[in-house]
Amino acid sequence: MRYLPLNSNDRAAMLKTIGAGSVDELFSDVPANALNADFKLPNHLGEMNVERELGALSAKNRAAGDGPFFIGCGAYKHHIPATVDHIIQRSEFLTAYTPYQPEIAQGTLQYLFEFQTQVAALTGMEVANASMYDGSTGAAEAALMARRVTKRKKVITSGGLHPHYGAVVRTNVELLDDSYVAAPVDIEATEDIASMIDDETACVIVQTPDVFGNVRDLEPIAKAAQEKGALLVAVVTEAISFGALKSPGEMGADIVVAEGQSIGVPLGYGGPYVGLFATRQKYMRQMPGRLCGETTDAEGKRGFVLTLSTREQHIRRDKATSNICTNSGLCTLAFTVHMTLLGEAGLRKLATLNHEAACRTADGLAAIDGVEVLNKSFFNEFTVRLPKNADGVVNALAGKGILAGVPGGRLWTDVPEADNLLIVAATECTTEKNIEALASRLKEALS
Amino acid sequence: MSMNNQGRPTTPEETAATASSTFTGNKALQIEEALSFEIGDVERTGVDLPEPNGAPDRLGGLNRNGIGLPGLTEPETMRHFVRLSQKNYAIDMGPFPLGSCTMKHNPRLNEKVARMPGFGDLHPLAPESAAQGALEVIDRLAYWLTELTGMPAVAMSPKAGAHGELCGMVAIKSALEARGDVDKRTRVLAPESAHGTNPATAVQCGFKVDSIPADDTGRVDLAAMKEKLGDDVAGIMVTNPNTCGLFERDIREIADAVHEAGGYFYCDGANFNAIAGKVKPGDLGVDAMHINLHKTFSTPHGGGGPGAGPTVLSEALAPFAPVPFVVREGDKYKLIETRRAAKAEDGEAAQSFGRLTAFHGQMGMFTRALSYMMSHGVDGVKQAAEDAVLNANYVLTRLKAEMSPAFDGYCMHEALFDDSFLKDTGVETIDFAKAMIDEGYHPMTMYFPLVVHGAMLIEPTESESKRELDLFCDALLSLAKRAKSGDEVDAFKAAPVYAPRRRLDETAAARKPVLRWTPAS
Repeated sequence: MRYLPLNSNDRAAMLKTIGAGSVDELFSDVPANALNADFKLPNHLGEMNVERELGALSAKNRAAGDGPFFIGCGAYKHHIPATVDHIIQRSEFLTAYTPYQPEIAQGTLQYLFEFQTQVAALTGMEVANASMYDGSTGAAEAALMARRVTKRKKVITSGGLHPHYGAVVRTNVELLDDSYVAAPVDIEATEDIASMIDDETACVIVQTPDVFGNVRDLEPIAKAAQEKGALLVAVVTEAISFGALKSPGEMGADIVVAEGQSIGVPLGYGGPYVGLFATRQKYMRQMPGRLCGETTDAEGKRGFVLTLSTREQHIRRDKATSNICTNSGLCTLAFTVHMTLLGEAGLRKLATLNHEAACRTADGLAAIDGVEVLNKSFFNEFTVRLPKNADGVVNALAGKGILAGVPGGRLWTDVPEADNLLIVAATECTTEKNIEALASRLKEALS
Repeated sequence: MSMNNQGRPTTPEETAATASSTFTGNKALQIEEALSFEIGDVERTGVDLPEPNGAPDRLGGLNRNGIGLPGLTEPETMRHFVRLSQKNYAIDMGPFPLGSCTMKHNPRLNEKVARMPGFGDLHPLAPESAAQGALEVIDRLAYWLTELTGMPAVAMSPKAGAHGELCGMVAIKSALEARGDVDKRTRVLAPESAHGTNPATAVQCGFKVDSIPADDTGRVDLAAMKEKLGDDVAGIMVTNPNTCGLFERDIREIADAVHEAGGYFYCDGANFNAIAGKVKPGDLGVDAMHINLHKTFSTPHGGGGPGAGPTVLSEALAPFAPVPFVVREGDKYKLIETRRAAKAEDGEAAQSFGRLTAFHGQMGMFTRALSYMMSHGVDGVKQAAEDAVLNANYVLTRLKAEMSPAFDGYCMHEALFDDSFLKDTGVETIDFAKAMIDEGYHPMTMYFPLVVHGAMLIEPTESESKRELDLFCDALLSLAKRAKSGDEVDAFKAAPVYAPRRRLDETAAARKPVLRWTPAS
């Protein structure tokens, strides 16, 4: 077995040193009739065979890069510079553990500090943590944090929130009580969520751009929340939008959670991703997750350590702010490297290119008879209403090699008016030819 | 001296500052590196993008103001991160014996597989027809996990070990709810030696935690546990093998007693690597157990994540499994994404508790773990467990000469020592650990589990050769002798001296937290 350094001579010598007759003697605490169970599983394979078998499974999938591609809704196809993958595959980053020994983990700690700085700047907030599993679990943690901060229970989610995010928030809140309130699905961003906030509200969770792509002004909601002593949690699922849209912090959000996948992390069928989590300085000690902070060593040199760990489960146990034990390590590094390459100038330009691609795509689709673009505003994603069920259309186009977007019926199984909706995303990867192909095939499918 | 509440010092000893002898502060291959923001500026970028066409925007008037984030060109970026990387210790450099963390070799084949375009570049909301190969990976991995654990079902979506704990405990709560028992059963039992995530998870589910003492062999005190059982107990959370590196001999009695009292048995599978391919937890009465793919099945730890925590479930808990999940119909795979769809699929028995994450879980870890399993085969998985246990017992035996094992007898995959061998030497666990750094080793887990004074938990894993272990043991024996000699206390207190940084002041970091860079105004 190529991964195991011990050979039979080693094993025999070591057993002798230990004074055990056999390896199974070391397992003598295991109930005898449970030891050496039978398994219906194959034996080991060489590298070539594994690669061949899994390569065949990979080939059965249609990758985003295989042709015209317009799927978004919480995960986006962006170009990742080659430098990013090289750096995250360096042994010193890939095969390190959580930086519990800071003297020999400054590499990890310094990039976490840089990551926190980048996230705080992008979201327009004062402090950020070292990442969550993904945007959706970050949203749930934000709801729980808002409950701790306000000492209230009610959690309200906007009708423009990604329904999977809503479902994750609901799972976490309903574990504690029945104070989860979901506003009705809000396709055209017309809801008056501010009026739902009352004196019992811990937080209201609003996404911008929302799941239908509408850009939402958070300022009036922030104001209403503040008046009632509630927090505004802003959710962003497309991190590139930070380069074009007014930051949630500037609009008055108290907590910002975002999916960071768009910056440096591949689509990967849904994970691992990287959740961004930022808040105001005054709520810092209520934040979940790891935090990296600056300090000095015994010689007075600047260095970094994990800090404020008295919030965390390994110290506080049942009094911890969260059960979270890891961050999203390598994805955090990928984000940091990509963001370093972009810088403010690159991010702004990239965001503009995304927006322009989406504008062109929207214009291309709006020209088709029976197709209606619903958004008054959008960033790189928008919603069209089709004259028929979008699910069938998406499957028909998939058969022609075009991944057209997300049919409403896939995200909302109990909202009939969603059935004809198609949510379409475009990015810097979208070419004119891709847009033409989508428009002409869609026209065909609708005729 | 400032201590945290585990009794671990958090401020370094005063040492005479030794000024760097070089102009740059660099020491040959150790290069000092500023923050990227101190090197770059906001005009600088490492990407070449086409010029936008300048068409009017449709952003609704909500345009971005300044961000204030400097960038770097590509060569500067590469150098920055490569220099940072060289300040990290890693399993590819040497033994990383962190107990309970399982730092084993990360095969690069798995990295290659995860990056195949059909996996790496696949959208989670791609139509089912475009993702059949990915769904098959999930289904195959699920088969391996259920077969290795002897459990009927597995929830694949939990994103990490602690998230898997949450999954299992929510399933337990849902099962109690379904039988009308949830208001009464509010207490969860967990041993004192448990990982901190266990009590934190139970509380996140709305339970109260009741701690069970360890007996003098380092295991759950069965009699004390039984005394705490009652009709208000929702379940018990037990790590097995436990955090002292010991197999819970009474595991079946524990399971039976909890079941008899009407509760469920959550097994923390953090240490499954010790018994994978040898023992099926399903044979021990387990109702739910998470599996850390990043430990047992060697997906890279990556400096603290991402992990993956699929959670196997018993017959009693399976109906409550979260969405989404994969079902096979003939030679086609289907993805069940909503509670409503779960009911339609499995009938009224299905009562999925809902969703834990936006998509399907850590697919990138699934491909890596499946590649690991296929490469090892069940024969290799079993051999890996045996070698891990053998290596730990070898270390335990050899180190006994100078160090003090916390408990008698064999251990499983990790060897636990207390600090009694350091008694009256002036050297503490943390000093001993920091001195290991200067010898070129990552320290073992220190001050955990809490049931042992000054704990040192060593997990060598199956990835270490006998030669590497012998040198490691020789080095630790020599350190132990030096510590006991009594005349090198200052050297221990000053360690590490050869690392990129000396001991760092954690107290100062926490007192006045600086969590981000801010531009000099």
